[in-house]
Amino acid sequence: MKLTKEQQDIYDGKQGETYAKVMQTLVRYGELYGAEEMIPVTGEYGHLVTSFGLKVIHPVYKIMDELIGAGITSKQKFTMDPRPLDKNVPSGPIKDLVFNKFMYSMQDEYEEQLKKIGLISEDGFSCACYFDEQGNKPKKGDILSWAESSAVVYANSVLGARCNRNSGILELFGSILGYVPRFGLLTDEGRKAKWKIILKTSKLPTAQVLGSAIGMKVMEDVPYVYGLSEYLGNELTPEVCAYLKNFGAATASNGAVGLYHIDGLTPEAVELKESLIEEDAQTYVIDDAELKRVTDSYPVIWKNPDAKPKMCFIGCPHLSKAEITEWIHKIYDALKKNGKNKPVIPTVLTSAPGVLKTIKGSKEEKMAKEIGLTISYICPLMYCDNPLVHSVPIITNSNKLRTYTSCRFYEDDMILSMITGGMAL
Amino acid sequence: MKEFKGRVVVPGTCTATALVSHGGFNTLASYQTSFLTGDKKATCSDQNNPDLYKKPLAGVALCLPQTIGSTTGGMILYTASDYGRQPACMLFSKPIDSIGAAGVLLSDIWTDASMPTIDSLGDEFLDYVKSGMTINIKDGGVVEVE
Repeated sequence: MKLTKEQQDIYDGKQGETYAKVMQTLVRYGELYGAEEMIPVTGEYGHLVTSFGLKVIHPVYKIMDELIGAGITSKQKFTMDPRPLDKNVPSGPIKDLVFNKFMYSMQDEYEEQLKKIGLISEDGFSCACYFDEQGNKPKKGDILSWAESSAVVYANSVLGARCNRNSGILELFGSILGYVPRFGLLTDEGRKAKWKIILKTSKLPTAQVLGSAIGMKVMEDVPYVYGLSEYLGNELTPEVCAYLKNFGAATASNGAVGLYHIDGLTPEAVELKESLIEEDAQTYVIDDAELKRVTDSYPVIWKNPDAKPKMCFIGCPHLSKAEITEWIHKIYDALKKNGKNKPVIPTVLTSAPGVLKTIKGSKEEKMAKEIGLTISYICPLMYCDNPLVHSVPIITNSNKLRTYTSCRFYEDDMILSMITGGMAL
Repeated sequence: MKEFKGRVVVPGTCTATALVSHGGFNTLASYQTSFLTGDKKATCSDQNNPDLYKKPLAGVALCLPQTIGSTTGGMILYTASDYGRQPACMLFSKPIDSIGAAGVLLSDIWTDASMPTIDSLGDEFLDYVKSGMTINIKDGGVVEVE
């Protein structure tokens, strides 16, 4: 890789050993993928995936201490994935003890380290950092150093920014240096589609299922999707963006998609059209039967597959303002219709701190309180992804949560019916 | 005995017993329980990987197509290495994925652990190698399987 003088000096240790190791890590990383240069990060803020102060990731705190000890701060401020704990979320004395005193006992210390390096603010914790209410929304063409697969795929696909699917720690290193190696999704060539997806369904598919099907088929390749804009239209409205958020999160977690193009809708597809598709691209046709095959393939890993659900999470990735408002209304109305006062399964709606601030004191917040809904900024994945919770039968409408935990996936209508007593459990 | 040649990602030599994953190696799912329990053998906790589930990961020659799963994966592999619970070596049949690459580079640069890593060994490598065989990594990306 050809480095500038400034970059070479850092690499050679002229600004200290720790700074050199940061540069060496990213240079070697880039060289593995044929990067020939380190290019400036042009996005205003970074975004980090490791938001949890898990006691056992002590080596991460060691790196943070080394960076702080060397006087290193990030060139750009950064947001974080959601916090793993929220006292408002139902748990119990044993879980509380284990979560607070053992598992996540380093949360406060870790957040202090993050502040010293460049954490944007106390409220900067959401996987959907790109919401207007969270303030980390890159512009088209911005070069980013982000991790969190759902945020990366959204930034690339819906916003037209450029970011590789980075790992935790490496995304911080890019923000520290202000440079990232140029390869993959940062290049025009790397953004071309290797798959044509032809949608032939009878109605708009559930975003989380369509994304799952595509992710499992194309893995890390870029898909170009035909037929979706016939349902979604050609404008990136808040509702369409919410659909694409959920769709993208499923492509990224059920596969490893970092960028997708939707014909006639997403910015690069609108601008460059089919020139984005590689000549030898493969084709995947999706119809109703294919989506059923995909959902039928999901394993149920509850100890007792017939167990009555004990909890429900809605909001992975975090719900947008429009989504959380709609869910509160839908649950409220369905409960009234079914003659119930509260959900029959304790239900948690999760969203970004910035969004939660905007609904504070609103009619919807009062409705949620009245029917006993829990509204939280927590990361459902962090809550569920531990042995204490693995044995609890939890349902969700998130395909990401299904993939990484023992949670069981149902589509929105079924979830609504289950939690509001519209069907026998 | 058969010899394969790949690309050196992290240099080094070693001899270890093969543990083969034919599906993608989910780093977070594989290590999470052993991290929480302090299991020094790093027994694999990924229920979705029948090749590895309940088998120790520490000290084996981990043969895999690529890593999959959460973007915390690189951090997890680095953490395993810092605790000395990493595989003896990692042998990728495909070009290494970005999350796996982050993990092996963080391990190499930020810990004292040794985990030679070779990628691009080809599909034939993963077809040939079986768990329990002896792996010998030589210089220049040469991998002997006995």
